[in-house]
Amino acid sequence: MSAQAVAAPHAKIAAPEHRETYLNYDYSWKSWLFTVDHKRIGILYLLTVAFFVAIGGLFAMMIRAELLTPQGDVLESETYNKIFTMHGAVMIFFFLIPGVPGVLGNFVLPLMIGARDVAFPKLNLLSWYIFVVGGLLTLFVAATGGVDTGWTFYAPYSSTYSNTRVAETAIMVFITGFSSILTGLNFLVTVHTMRAPGMTWFRLPLFIWASYATALINVLATPVLAITVLLLALERIFHIGIFDPKVGGDPILFEHMFWFYSHPAVYIMILPAMGVISELVAAFSRKRIFGYSFVAFSSLAIAVLGFLVWGHHMFVSGQSAYAGLVFSVLTVLIAVPTAVKIFNWTATLYQGSVEFATPFLYVLAFFGLFLIGGVTGLFLAAMGLDIHMHDNYFVVAHFHYVMVGGMVTAFFGGLHYWWPKMFGRMYNELTGKLAALIIFVGFNMTFFPQFIVGYMGMPRRYHAYAPEFQVLNVLSSAGAVVLGTGYLLAAVNLIWSLKFGKVVTEKNPWGATGLEWETQTPPIPHNFEVTPRVTQEAYAYHEMYSGKEAHGVH
Amino acid sequence: MLQELPLTPPSASTFAPQVDALYWFLVILSTVVTVGIFAAALFLSIRYRRRPGVAPGNIEGSLRLELLWSFIPGVLAIGIFAWGAKVYFYAAKPPPDVMDFYVSGKQWMWKVQHPTGQKEINDLHIPVGRAIRLTMTSEDVLHSYWIPAFRLKKDTVPGRYTEMWFQATKPGKYHIQCAEYCGTKHSGMIGECYVLEPEEYQRWLSGNTGEAPEVAGQKLFENLRCVTCHMAGAGQRGPELAGVYGTKVALEGGGEAVVNDEYIRESILKPLAKVVKGFQPVMNTYEGQVGEEEIMQLVAYIKSLKAQGGGKQ
Repeated sequence: MSAQAVAAPHAKIAAPEHRETYLNYDYSWKSWLFTVDHKRIGILYLLTVAFFVAIGGLFAMMIRAELLTPQGDVLESETYNKIFTMHGAVMIFFFLIPGVPGVLGNFVLPLMIGARDVAFPKLNLLSWYIFVVGGLLTLFVAATGGVDTGWTFYAPYSSTYSNTRVAETAIMVFITGFSSILTGLNFLVTVHTMRAPGMTWFRLPLFIWASYATALINVLATPVLAITVLLLALERIFHIGIFDPKVGGDPILFEHMFWFYSHPAVYIMILPAMGVISELVAAFSRKRIFGYSFVAFSSLAIAVLGFLVWGHHMFVSGQSAYAGLVFSVLTVLIAVPTAVKIFNWTATLYQGSVEFATPFLYVLAFFGLFLIGGVTGLFLAAMGLDIHMHDNYFVVAHFHYVMVGGMVTAFFGGLHYWWPKMFGRMYNELTGKLAALIIFVGFNMTFFPQFIVGYMGMPRRYHAYAPEFQVLNVLSSAGAVVLGTGYLLAAVNLIWSLKFGKVVTEKNPWGATGLEWETQTPPIPHNFEVTPRVTQEAYAYHEMYSGKEAHGVH
Repeated sequence: MLQELPLTPPSASTFAPQVDALYWFLVILSTVVTVGIFAAALFLSIRYRRRPGVAPGNIEGSLRLELLWSFIPGVLAIGIFAWGAKVYFYAAKPPPDVMDFYVSGKQWMWKVQHPTGQKEINDLHIPVGRAIRLTMTSEDVLHSYWIPAFRLKKDTVPGRYTEMWFQATKPGKYHIQCAEYCGTKHSGMIGECYVLEPEEYQRWLSGNTGEAPEVAGQKLFENLRCVTCHMAGAGQRGPELAGVYGTKVALEGGGEAVVNDEYIRESILKPLAKVVKGFQPVMNTYEGQVGEEEIMQLVAYIKSLKAQGGGKQ
């Protein structure tokens, strides 16, 4: 891709000498906690996010244990309500939103555009510290009684009636939001100002386009959430009437303000994941992405449309039926840019050179799960059907397919793809594939039954339920065990590789395009010895492989 | 097998088959789409799996194909939207001859009042084959009244009224569940809807006497001394209420308001919010003196008042 792409001489592998990398130039605690290196900050995010996933996963297991039987017999009602609230809040604010941008984005975004770092390295570190403060507050809330409003914090239950730690949670959300805003701002400025010479907008990898679109939403939508939770806290603490009709407020206003952020937030979670999938599809089929510009602009189209559909969460709230019409039609239109992505990825495989490596299995899993998540969104967008579906388990299944089946699967795919670059070690390939397979099967076992039980009439957030729903709930709980095992296996494999995995020293173990594969593995602290000059489009696989034998590089 | 594991709840209202038709259409469509695309991706991956000596192809894209696969999902999506909207509007517009029931949600119970005055908690007894409208509100937080067998739900919102109507088609017993999370005993805010044959419903009514809401409302109207200002004849301090329901009134300070349930409720609780033109802002609030159920009775009474002489609208 760039002019100075030179393969490492083989002699170096035989007699390893000390190579300075971003990991080994300094081992002190201080060098990690005060680092302004985007790669190290990415690793800090990885550790933090992994910690919160474990907690959120534990909550999920407690929910599935409770729902094994129709009676509420494992947990008290109030405890159960707190557990599902914390599950949602932790997973959304501490994993789904920061996961891809915080970990993968931080690590590869500057590398991909040929930059030394992000535009504001200190601000980047500040984002992580703010994130940690938000996380500590969450732990404080959890340890001192928890919160039971649901992650949606609907008023006036949250503002007046709940006697749990709502104000503290609101402050936590307020603070954590700034971490998203600052990261978003940093990425926007970085992409505008730090691209290497020759890296034009239409030579940007699609992960950058997706991250850019996400950053736009982060910067524009997150402040609205901050305002909303601030108003909520004001009403709760000082009884200023905003949402509770008893003091002159309007609860529907809360729903509007909440979803004005929280629907775009869905795209904050899924857009970067789509960017990861674009990278993986190209790398493992060794082809340029079919219709690059359609895929790039579809990210922006989703980001823009995503701002105009929040009212589809309110079809039965008492909102005007005519407003509902507008929200419904805009919602179904999001199917178009989404379908473009899916079709273009599929078309990319045509005449490709497809390698069934672990990351590619995650791509296939993403296809299956995200497709189901996407088409079931159409059920909910159809207003007449949503009257029955709203707040039942069909919705729960739908958003888990999109968020967990989509975002988490792509996150794991991306993590396995960039892992050798990040740590210079390769995980066990067979274990990696097995984990991907178990995750795919376990995921469907867990969440597919929830579509059916939802249509049958099981409401979400129910501690006890009618006996006819039990069969499907048992199936779902059994699936959760399989799914949990899959995630654990993948995690253990990655951690194992850090010490025992095959050492990777070659720059480009996958034989992929992209500037991140043209620097040392793991990269040197300042990314590139010489500022790369870009002379080609993002996915110049044809130039890389035509005429030559497709060489098995690893 | 299907007996043990039904895929849908019972279908017991005129609305339910419309929802089910759209549902099964979408199930089939999305199965075809999902399986089709996933199979295509799988097939292409295997067909073009990496082989030594075979280089990948070089394809930019195809504007024609991309427009095609933007256009087809677009048309399908608009079709789904239109069908969904048609179904929704059936549920939004009640027929003219409805029986009016009043529902008030409260942590954690449903309080229902029948047109003939009977009250019940959590359960709902209704006659089969009659169009029934629920006028609903909440006394505390958001709730949502859901009868899966009717495929209908609507949030109940403190401070305002929401409506939902249905016509049951099959006698039986169906779940009522609160669908909007409302606190500790949310999953206990449930009841049963008993759909009865008309004569059975009459029998149930006669075993549970009560005052019709407009009769109870009239007594309240007198006890709360509403009469002194609103039925004092010429020169009275408040506007005439007979025949006013459903009309438009001009307001002090410009604008107008339609006299409906919502406006009457507001005028009882916040009398100064919208004062009728020609009157002084002198009415006191009844906030705290009347509960949601009593307000509904007052509304029912005012609704029942016919204009004097029947001349003006």
